[in-house]
Amino acid sequence: MAIFLNKDSKVIVQGMTGATGMKHTKLMLADGTNIVGGVNPRKAGQSVDIDGTEIPVFGTVAEAIEKTGANVSVLFVPPAFAKAAVVEAIDAEIPLAVVITEGIAVHDSAAFYAYAVSKGNKTRIIGPNCPGLITPGQSNAGIIPGDITKPGRIGLVSKSGTLTYQMMYELRDIGFSSAVGIGGDPVIGTTHIDALAAFEADPDTDLIVMIGEIGGDAEERAAAFIKENVTKPVVGYVAGFTAPEGKTMGHAGAIVSGSSGTAAAKKEALEAAGVKVGKTPTETAKLAREILAG
Amino acid sequence: MDLFEYQARDLFAKHDVPVLAGEVIDTPEAARAATERLGGKSVVKAQVKVGGRGKAGGVKLAATADEAVEHATNILGMDIKGHTVHKVMIAETAPEIVEEYYVSFLLDRANRTFLSIASVEGGMEIEEVAATRPEAVAKTPIDANVGVTPEVARQIVEAANFPAEVADKVENVLVTLWKTFIEEDALLVEVNPLAKVASGDVIALDGKVSLDENAEFRQPEHEALQDKDAANPLEAAAKEKNLNYVKLDGEVGIIGNGAGLVMSTLDVVAYAGENHGGVKPANFLDIGGGASAAVMANGLEIILGDPDVKSVFVNVFGGITACDEVANGIVQALQLLADKGEEVTKPLVVRLDGNNAELGRKILSDANHPLVQRVDTMDGAADKAAELAAAK
Repeated sequence: MAIFLNKDSKVIVQGMTGATGMKHTKLMLADGTNIVGGVNPRKAGQSVDIDGTEIPVFGTVAEAIEKTGANVSVLFVPPAFAKAAVVEAIDAEIPLAVVITEGIAVHDSAAFYAYAVSKGNKTRIIGPNCPGLITPGQSNAGIIPGDITKPGRIGLVSKSGTLTYQMMYELRDIGFSSAVGIGGDPVIGTTHIDALAAFEADPDTDLIVMIGEIGGDAEERAAAFIKENVTKPVVGYVAGFTAPEGKTMGHAGAIVSGSSGTAAAKKEALEAAGVKVGKTPTETAKLAREILAG
Repeated sequence: MDLFEYQARDLFAKHDVPVLAGEVIDTPEAARAATERLGGKSVVKAQVKVGGRGKAGGVKLAATADEAVEHATNILGMDIKGHTVHKVMIAETAPEIVEEYYVSFLLDRANRTFLSIASVEGGMEIEEVAATRPEAVAKTPIDANVGVTPEVARQIVEAANFPAEVADKVENVLVTLWKTFIEEDALLVEVNPLAKVASGDVIALDGKVSLDENAEFRQPEHEALQDKDAANPLEAAAKEKNLNYVKLDGEVGIIGNGAGLVMSTLDVVAYAGENHGGVKPANFLDIGGGASAAVMANGLEIILGDPDVKSVFVNVFGGITACDEVANGIVQALQLLADKGEEVTKPLVVRLDGNNAELGRKILSDANHPLVQRVDTMDGAADKAAELAAAK
């Protein structure tokens, strides 16, 4: 099972022929991802040899879907062109678009998110500014290292890439059903709540680890959702207790504005919803371990 | 990036939002000519990015050019809630104000859309109005792909119960303010107060604008709006080197990869510091994925140049980047600094985990740099870095 991505996923890469796209297409292939094509209008009809695998390049997402049955697109398109690329993916009605690109203007993200909604939400957007998602042993759509851990029964959803890796590493002996990096931008397509709902419904997930950080109120809303809808145990971690007010901490969305968006408020909301929240990533992993051990 | 009032005024004017004349100056004497250009009287307004400047004495009416110079002399250099006044705006005096309203557009993160907030009760903080009289505040979601057309502006005006005699004028303000919001890639455009004056005109008397730094690739003019006076010198130096750095007030210098991991590192160091005399993180520095030795050297140089720093914690999780590359980066960075004649005297605690961690650790051990210590867990390394900072 797993969520959003599995062994049957057929993945295309928008921006595959750029340096970053090539590097990560190679890594995704090595992890067993079924990559069926790339998209680049200027190289349509060509193919790219990646470690002995011939990957065809299509002119449009629609053409790639028609020829290959692709149902996931991973985007490594530079910020200035990302909006057009996501809109193209939405128009082609691809079920999942994973936007890795960092540095997209928030007006563009808001516009493509609104566009996806106006088109009936046929495309789930993950990101932008995210590491993508992995279902270990089945498929990897993005830049999460495939060799940190193995298939298992923990579901992970995180705003941060490196904290995703850290947590997967801490719990590598137990393994993960899926790990989803939802991204650190102010506007993102898939939220903690979407992933929590999917993990709750996933028979292969026994426990959910949720990683948040300062900025916005996504964690508070996730806490309210957990209280009402999640029966599986959830362990949480929130980064940014020491972040000063009014300073962006690396991620465009990671900013405490006045008294809103603080780590303390998020931790409190999660704990009030029955989520065990660790003080450090290591302590969080320990909490997960204890719950799984019964 | 939050702007000063005068910068917001300039952007409003550029997009035809009705504003009063005004210019910014940074010497008292310049207030004279500026006031004369306005016909001999003006309002002298401190430019600080914090509310409450009026109460603090940062806004003064000048009936003559001499008086403007006197006020500018007093206001320049004034401290308002920890913000030093480096600039004042010499503004046209407002005609008699009849009513004060509030309008803004902003990014609504929770609903992933844009939001209009409007109220006929302007002049004070909108949060205050929303808390005490929520019915006086109209919030209208804006479809990012439709924007604020005259029809949408009309809906906002009706939702907020603007008086009929100003409806057309407020609509015009909303449409032009939206144009400012979109064309400048803003996260917030706020007019407070939006004043109805005796002539019946509606004018933006004060405003706030916050811009999206991610949009700088298509907003080349925004770079000039940065407040160079306020930037910490270390932050300015880091920005020159394209480093993602924020100065904090502690003693443990931090370098890590990935924004989330670095934020987490700050927290873990602060917790560890509780057992070591209360030492705290001195900065946020994310060197990103796949950082080269040169980037590591640049980062170390900034952090070692911070006189507050007593120890350094390098916390790296090797994802796609292999730890052996990171370890080589650290060794080369120390060599680069030595070659530049910058002697490293502060202890470094390095934690490497993840991809090729064993190889990376071996490289550090073999290099045997007298100031570099390896601790292989994040919590343990934070504790060691805090201990070293406390011991200095």
